[in-house]
Parts: sequence; structure tokens; C-alpha cells
Amino acid sequence: MEIKMKPTRDGFGEGLVELGQTRDDIVVLSADLTESTRAAWFKDKFPERFFAMGVSEQDMMGTAAGLALSGKVVFACTFGAFAAGRAWDQVRVSLAYMKTNVKVVGTHGGISVGEDGPTHQANEELALMRILPNMTVIIPCDAIEAKRAAIASASYPGPVYLRLGRSGVPVITKEEDIFEIGKANLLKDGKDVAVIACGVEVYEALCAHEALKKENISARVINLHTVKPIDKDLIIKAARETGAVVTAEEHTIVGGMGSAVSEVLSQSCPVPMEFIGVKDRFGESGDPKELFKLFGLTADDIVKAAKKAIARKNARD
Amino acid sequence: MAKQPDINRLKKIAKEVRIEIVKMLNCAGSGHTGGSLSMVELLVGLYFYKFKCDPSKPLCSTRDIFVLSKGHGCPALYAVLAKMNFFSKEELCTLRKIGTRLQGHPQIGLPGVEISSGSLGQGLSIANGFALGARLNKDPKRVYCLMGDGELDEGQVWEAALTSAHYKLDNVCGIIDYNKFQIDGRVEDIKGLEPLKAKWQSFGWEVFEIDGHNVKEVAEAYDKAEKIKGKPSMVLAHTVKGKGVSFFENKNKYHGVAPNKEELEKAIKELETEK
Repeated sequence: MEIKMKPTRDGFGEGLVELGQTRDDIVVLSADLTESTRAAWFKDKFPERFFAMGVSEQDMMGTAAGLALSGKVVFACTFGAFAAGRAWDQVRVSLAYMKTNVKVVGTHGGISVGEDGPTHQANEELALMRILPNMTVIIPCDAIEAKRAAIASASYPGPVYLRLGRSGVPVITKEEDIFEIGKANLLKDGKDVAVIACGVEVYEALCAHEALKKENISARVINLHTVKPIDKDLIIKAARETGAVVTAEEHTIVGGMGSAVSEVLSQSCPVPMEFIGVKDRFGESGDPKELFKLFGLTADDIVKAAKKAIARKNARD
Repeated sequence: MAKQPDINRLKKIAKEVRIEIVKMLNCAGSGHTGGSLSMVELLVGLYFYKFKCDPSKPLCSTRDIFVLSKGHGCPALYAVLAKMNFFSKEELCTLRKIGTRLQGHPQIGLPGVEISSGSLGQGLSIANGFALGARLNKDPKRVYCLMGDGELDEGQVWEAALTSAHYKLDNVCGIIDYNKFQIDGRVEDIKGLEPLKAKWQSFGWEVFEIDGHNVKEVAEAYDKAEKIKGKPSMVLAHTVKGKGVSFFENKNKYHGVAPNKEELEKAIKELETEK
């Protein structure tokens, strides 16, 4: 069966247009990356509710806060590297501290940005955003989930960070699947190891599940689309029932989704854990597919990590 | 005939507000004395003359908006808000203490406080957001934003200055408390701002340069700013850091130091006998 490829930013763009049609309190801001972030799709239909902010991410976050305090639901769009990096203090004070109803949209997350290289590959935003009190952090796994995350976040109170990607990724969810902010989705049941993944790594985890099955290893796969607030129950249950956990994210393993899972498990159900992600380094230019191999983010890498986690579990018994 | 400011009343209120500020700071044992005293007339001329609000309904949708960007000046704002009856005067002595609504820098939730601030340079962007929101809501409210001079070192202020002018936000009125000092010393020694009026004009703003301790000039500047159409206005107010107490004036040591008991008594005596 041929897999449909579509960038998560496209799903977000569709979600924005749908929101624009159904709600008149939606306002969109963009820091000069209107086409790239797909904010342009909203701008074309609702120009009176779109404001260009120029290359001024800090100003954009503050303006978004003021609009939100005037009763609007604001989507502030730029690349993840600039939303979370350049404007972090504005996100901290003007959004998180004040609990303003601003949805920060960071596209071009991760090394799948490809050729543009390290300055544009955001590998740190999940960490930067999740450490802020009052912040919600969502990383959709495909375009359908991105659309639903955009729509759901508009009705979710307070600041939200939405992490999206540039490149096409496999469409693996369906319109009728349940998506609820803060509730992880169990995609495959399994008893030997649990692979907890987010973003494009969910697809890699599903491929790893199939590969492991051929070796008679039963791998549970969880789509942890909301990194904060984290679904503790599903994570603890998975650790308790499988005894070994692998996390997989297109993000640094320092402070990211894997760290968040580890914080939960080390307190409630410590089991051997392996981390798939960017290993405390900057990205680099190149073809996204080749970069995934170079950075150890492929299904093969998850398979190896799963076997290692299982071996560690067995060594403990 | 247009409304006229009652100068004597405003002067009297400014004096009372100063006394509350030094008392509150002494009670807290820490806080920003110099920059609170320099902004008193700028607040009094606004709240007791120009500003549309209802202290019994602090979130009333037709209210004007005041954004305190130089959050460290909050003792002055708290004293004014208490005097306006947004909350009781007794609460002022809880400043900076555990459980208080009067945080060391302003926090949203205290009636009359529109934004949480303290990290400098963020207020004007938020004011622009309020102004754009008012435009979308077809609401005639005005949005005021008070900034410090040292704060103008922040790049975000100038990003926001471009935004206000680009979107022709004539409902925005900026105010600069130009007391010529920042923590490290004289503004002109640390990172010079001059020619400041010309800078704002070149950014597309109408600028009213005034004596920020002359309540008549302050009140009239707000009146003039309201008449400007098609661009934002800036009240560039020359002030004196620590104004009203001789031994605080232009003594930068009191940027972030509160008066002790002895200093408080002397300060109140000076303020009470001041003409």
C-alpha cells in the first residue's frame, strides 16, 4: 500500500482555515514566514484578521498577548527555532506567566528541515517550552493530527506550543481517530517493550514494531502527541506491563520528550530506558532522509534500542 | 467647553501618592524608590484626569488600558490604583510579602493591573496588541504604555515602535519616564539615547516633549495625543529620579533600595511641607 506523504504544516494550514470559517475570534500573526508556516492560507481568506509582524518574533509574541487579552484567540506563527529561541523570554513572561490565550506555532522543527542547516533546525523547543509553567506542548505525528491539534488548541485555554515540520511525512492517523490534548494514543499493543514516540518518529516506531514482530518481539507503540501535560497513566501502565521503554523524538534527548517520560517513570515505575533522539549536538545540512540515518532516528535505530532495553530488563531479572 | 484639568487637585494627589510610595517601600524593606517617584505625575495626570475606567468593574469592556512596561515602578501604580479604589489602601503594606497580590513586579490578577511585567521592553508590543484588538472589536478605547528610559535599550521596544506606526495605531499613547538614570548609572554614559525625540519622530510617531512633573503639561499632553490621527503618540517626559525627596533626587543608589525608618521620616516630612 502506498503511503501518502504530507507535511504537518499543511494540516495546520487547513485547520487554521477551518477555524477562520467557524470562529470570528481567531487572529493570526506571522513573523515574515507567512507562506512557509501556512499562515498564508488563513491570510488569503481572512485578511482583516491577519497581521504581518515582520522579522520581529519578540514583538509578535507581545502583540499576540495584547490581542489575546482583548478576547482573541491568537496563532503566532514562525519557525520553531525563532519562536522558542529568539522569543523565549516573551513567551515566558507575556504568554506563560500571564496565561494568555496564544497558540505559538513553530514550524520547521527538527533535522527534517534538511538543507537549510543547524540554525533553522529546531531541536530544542520541546525542552524550552515544556519547562515553562502553564504551557501546553503538542507535537502532531502527521498532517491529519496537526489539523486536529490546531482546532483543538483554539478551544484549549492558555498558551500552547504547536511543533510542526517542513517536510512531507507519512499520513498514519485517520479523521475518525480520537485526538484529545493530554491523552496519548495507544497505536499497537505489545508486552516486551514500549516505544513511546512523538512527531515523525511515531511512523518510525510503527515500522520498528513490524520489524520486531518478525523477530517475535512484541512492541507496544504509543503516540505521545502531547508532551505537556503528559499522560502519566498510559506511560506508567506501559512501563509496568512491558518492563522496558524506548522513547523516540526528532529533538535533542536533553530535556525533551524522553526526559519528560523519564521524569514520570523514575518516580513511579523505573524500568530500563533507551533514548532515540538528537544526541546533544547541533543539526547539519543535508537530505532529511540521510540525516535521519546519520542522527540515528530511523526504525532500525529504534529496533536496536528496543533490543537493548529488553536485554537490560532481562539482565535485571 | 472641553474638560480642564484641576491642577491643584492633581498636585495634591501626586503628593499623597508619593507619601504612600515611600511608606509602602519602607514597609516592604526593598523595592525601586527612584523610578517610582519619577513617574508619579505621569500616572496621576492620567488616572485622575484622562483615563476611562470603573474601579468597581476593573475588567469593564469599555475601559481604557494602561500597560506598565517598566514593571519595577509598580509601587507608584499600586498607590494610584489604591487611591482610585481598585483595592483597599490597607493592602499596600503587603507589598512584596508572601501571598500578596502586590508582587515585587506587577502581576495580572490585581484589579487595575492589565499585564504582568518586569522583564523590560515587552509592554509596547502588548499595548499594540490591545490597540489592534480594540480596532477589530470596533472599540474606541485608548491604550497607554509607560516605559522607562533605560528600558529603551531593549530591541523589542523598537520592533514595537515600528509596528505601532505601520498599523497607524493612533489609539496608542506611549509615555517615557525620562529620568536620565538606569541601574548602572547615567543613561548617557551607559548607552546614550539622544536625540531621543528625533528617534521617535523618525519612527513615525508624534512626540510631545514635556516636563513630566508639571501636571498641567502632563494632562495637556494626553489631551493633545488623543487628537492625533493616523499615527501613534509619545509623551516624552523629562523627569527627576527620586523626585520629591531631596536626598533621593538623582541619587542612583536609590534605584533599587527602599528607605529605612530614618529616611522615611525625613522623606515624609519633606513631602508634607512641600508647596
